Amino acid sequence: MPLDLEYYLVLSALLFTIGVIGVLIRRNAIIIFMCIELMLNAANLAFVAISRSLGQVEGQLFVFFVMAVAAAEVAIGLAIIVSVFKHRETINVDEVNSLKG
Amino acid sequence: MDIELVKDIIIPIVKILFIVHLLIIGVMAMIWSERRVSGWMQDRLGPNRVGPQGLLQPIADGIKFLFKEDLIPNHVDKPLYVLAPAMLLVPAMITIAVVPFGSSISIAGIDEPIPLQIADINIGILYILAIASLGVYGVVIGAWASNNKYSLLGGLRSSAQMISYELTLGLAIIGVLMLTELPNEILTKFGDDEVNPLSLRHIAASQGVHPWNILIHFPAFLAFTTAMFAETNRLPFDLAEAEQELVAGYHTEYSSMKFAIFFMAEYMNMIVGSAVVVTLFLGGWHFFGLENIGGEGSILAGLISFAIFFIKTGIFLFVFIWVRWTLPRFRYDQLMNFGWKFLLPVALTSIVVTGTLWIITDGNRLWIGIGNVVAAFIVVAIVAGMFALDNNSKSSTQATHDAAPLRGLDAVE
Amino acid sequence: MTAEMILFFIFGAVSLIGAIAVISFRHPIYSALSLIVTFFAQAGLFVLLGAHFVAAVQVIVYAGAIMVLFLFVIMLLNLGTLSAKSALTGKLKGVVVVLGVLLAIQGVYIAMTAGTGTALESAQASTETVTTYKIGELLFSKYLLPFEVTSLILLAALIGVIVLVKRESQTEN
Repeated sequence: MPLDLEYYLVLSALLFTIGVIGVLIRRNAIIIFMCIELMLNAANLAFVAISRSLGQVEGQLFVFFVMAVAAAEVAIGLAIIVSVFKHRETINVDEVNSLKG
Repeated sequence: MDIELVKDIIIPIVKILFIVHLLIIGVMAMIWSERRVSGWMQDRLGPNRVGPQGLLQPIADGIKFLFKEDLIPNHVDKPLYVLAPAMLLVPAMITIAVVPFGSSISIAGIDEPIPLQIADINIGILYILAIASLGVYGVVIGAWASNNKYSLLGGLRSSAQMISYELTLGLAIIGVLMLTELPNEILTKFGDDEVNPLSLRHIAASQGVHPWNILIHFPAFLAFTTAMFAETNRLPFDLAEAEQELVAGYHTEYSSMKFAIFFMAEYMNMIVGSAVVVTLFLGGWHFFGLENIGGEGSILAGLISFAIFFIKTGIFLFVFIWVRWTLPRFRYDQLMNFGWKFLLPVALTSIVVTGTLWIITDGNRLWIGIGNVVAAFIVVAIVAGMFALDNNSKSSTQATHDAAPLRGLDAVE
Repeated sequence: MTAEMILFFIFGAVSLIGAIAVISFRHPIYSALSLIVTFFAQAGLFVLLGAHFVAAVQVIVYAGAIMVLFLFVIMLLNLGTLSAKSALTGKLKGVVVVLGVLLAIQGVYIAMTAGTGTALESAQASTETVTTYKIGELLFSKYLLPFEVTSLILLAALIGVIVLVKRESQTEN
């Protein structure tokens, strides 16, 4: 007898909320970025859990698409962080507040 | 005693204990043979004082490491510094769980034959890739926690190298997976409904029916082996430790048993990597029917198949040492160029050619083998030609500027 | 308590602890390592859900590639010395308190309403594992177009990164 779906959904919601809190309270761009990854992962967990509950494979496919997008996002985001750091010597998001480079 | 209990619990435990101890003994044997073989290649003796032929040298080394003071320098990040050796050793050890080290044996009283493999999970080869990709953390964390510029450089090099070569590692095996097929009688013997190309047991068994994969996928074999050398941080890919430039890189600050664990992990990676190559490309436990002497499934046949696997792995480990004393270390930009511009295209070509020829020639393995080699030659020629053109058009000053890698570090220092 | 339940609670607890550690550690390296722990626990949950292939990909892509990139950047920028001043300012503290209260209310609500039959109880739900074959078949037939679009996204990311880095080195010269 498989475990109820709601256990997984509650866990997923909790992980997502922790990610949101992280984005709100941390000022370090890299950690904010990690929290975004955490939120994406929470969504992945919900996808897979619902996919099993419905007896379909589609949910797992969406996880792949999410992962591919996450990989692209990380590559771009880290490149931006590195270039911001080179200009400003900081990655504190509060200090990066002017549009001029 | 209950038969079910024996089958489900005792036999797996026996297998695990056997393999883990074999790995540790193998590490000792590798330490000895590396030094002796290196000595032989350089026309000197190597360690020969402790025991006959210096055979007890690894034990003497081990005792020395154990009794040395376990020093933790003041400037390191303590938790991570202690954790790093373990993070390297554990992935090296658990990879062996899915590698089949022999055919199977039947024991009186148990109805099914016992496969000589710890676990035949259905994503077998993906498990190996996943675990292999974790090996980098031990190096990177150890390097960072050491709080030392040389170590940090070693860690940076290592992480870039691992990410680059993992792609080749994964792509090179896809051709092998495509051509894995088994006749029905072998499948029923394994108790499976359909062939699962990801299972290492099926890959190995498929090479008992068809020619070995090295003959069909020769370029992929070369690409995979090279990438594996890079993953194990061995010469010519040992930029992460590079004694001459980085003073041993990521393990500069380590001593006594922690240093020994780094060393053991490296040798374990070599042994497991060789076992994986033997399974994927060199026919696993098969050797032209020799593995069936004494009847299939008998204990004798099981032991012979294990011996064949063992000897093949040993020969491949010798190649590791051989390469170490043959090739010099790559420069950082050469390493990146080689990985991205030669190995990756070769691995990709092998996928395309294998798939296309599989359809065109209706599964004729001879043509696929020839086509793979020809296509790899063409790709390498094209890339090399483009390199030559590129070098001609560039001025020499610019070329040296491009050769300076990791320019980002300028921003830090 | 079935075996699945016990494993679920172990993996779930580990992933929650890891997630909390990500946002509470001062140093980015520790945060990154905690995130890896969380990803691992999630891979375990995927195995529990019968999605073995997704679990393997989770470890290969997230733990094996993405987090290595994170570590690479943290080490490259040597951020350890910089992150000390990332403390909360007064206004933000209020936001955090409000959010925490909301989260607590949500948790209590979920705990109270759990088990009242909101779960999708489908006859098809099973503990069967989804084979790699099935996933591949769908990916290359019904979902071929999204799959190809994904490759375009990756290509765009690749070009984007190269442009960012190229411009950087030109201004340096």
